[in-house]
Amino acid sequence: MAKVLVVTSGKGGVGKTTSTAALGAALAMSGRKVCVVDFDVGLRNLDLVMGAERRVVFDIVNVIQGDAKLSQAIIRDKRIETLHLLPASQTRDKDALSAEGVARVIRELREKFDWVICDSPAGIERGATLAMRHADIAVVVTNPEVSSVRDSDRIIGLLDSKTEKAERGERMDKRLLLTRYDSGRAARGEMLKTEDVLEILSIPLLGIIPESQDVLKASNLGTPVTVGSPTSAPARAYVDAARRLIGEKVDLTLPDDRRSSLFGKLFGRRAA
Amino acid sequence: MSLLSLFSRKASAGVARDRLQILLSHERTTTGRSDLVAILREEILAVIAKHVTVDRDKVQVKMDRGESYSTLEVDIEIPLPAPVKMAV
Ligand SMILES: Nc1ncnc2c1ncn2[C@@H]1O[C@H](COP(=O)(O)OP(=O)(O)OP(=O)(O)O)[C@@H](O)[C@H]1O
Ligand SMILES: [Mg+2]
Repeated sequence: MAKVLVVTSGKGGVGKTTSTAALGAALAMSGRKVCVVDFDVGLRNLDLVMGAERRVVFDIVNVIQGDAKLSQAIIRDKRIETLHLLPASQTRDKDALSAEGVARVIRELREKFDWVICDSPAGIERGATLAMRHADIAVVVTNPEVSSVRDSDRIIGLLDSKTEKAERGERMDKRLLLTRYDSGRAARGEMLKTEDVLEILSIPLLGIIPESQDVLKASNLGTPVTVGSPTSAPARAYVDAARRLIGEKVDLTLPDDRRSSLFGKLFGRRAA
Repeated sequence: MSLLSLFSRKASAGVARDRLQILLSHERTTTGRSDLVAILREEILAVIAKHVTVDRDKVQVKMDRGESYSTLEVDIEIPLPAPVKMAV
């Protein structure tokens, strides 16, 4: 049975596209057939992060409007045979995605792939609700910072009310992916602690992705970080998260946010 | 809680957490996530209904966010003469 996963956040720029590419590549490397779908119509970026920008011919809007077949729009990754991309359109307006059209595309993708990973646009508008509409599981990408946590809370509310699963009265499987995590700043008490974010949002933790130059480098090169720098800290964190998604038990130790302790504790009150 | 952890609580992350908890418990009422205020309202209604018959709409539960604490405002309109139920 195919799984449809939405990568969502509410707030922009927290790492949805990065995470979609990294998790998609990690799942595909484990042999699963994966299609990552860009729902950010008008602001597509997943093609760039995946290094496929020059191979885009047709996009999801062309498919929905009947100008192209799904198989014509899907781009197969050059490095990983089981990894595929369905790009968003760059130019047309946001209303180009019809609810029925999206439903049909997702239905077709379910037949072809093991995992369909939808990269949501930021915000809580139509684009975001369309991206989450058919999901079986949601990865809520959050930075340990007040506005991101607040927006994630909003998105969790939408996942529990505006999705097909919620409307059927089923429970949406939601997992927290804490990204751009800076252990130094956490230890100094400048960044929300993992356990506090978990307590506030009260959904299970899928993984913690450290803030890292490797992520920037990967997107510069157009290679998901799990493919380009597989031994880097963020790549390993993404691979572990992907393994948890397929049901493997992978230990996750919460970072001890008070670790650089004596200094942090003695001078904690001065942290801004 | 040790003295040391009291110190680190003063760091801004602790303030962030406290502000979020208060803000979200408020926002969840208006955006549909079950939360403290909604739960409180239901339980208060249940307690009152044991003794007095009241109109559900006449029971207002409101959380006011303050800087250092919040206030819970409970406003119950009881019709006169109060239709008191006999305790069993
Ligand atoms: N773990 C990380 N370490 C360092 N930089 C990161 C990390 N994760 C993401 N970034 C950077 O943050 C920026 C935003 O990331 P990304 O595009 O994935 O976010 P997004 O949530 O998809 O944004 P949008 O809401 O605009 O679609 C990018 O420059 C990316 O390289
Ligand atoms: Mg994005």
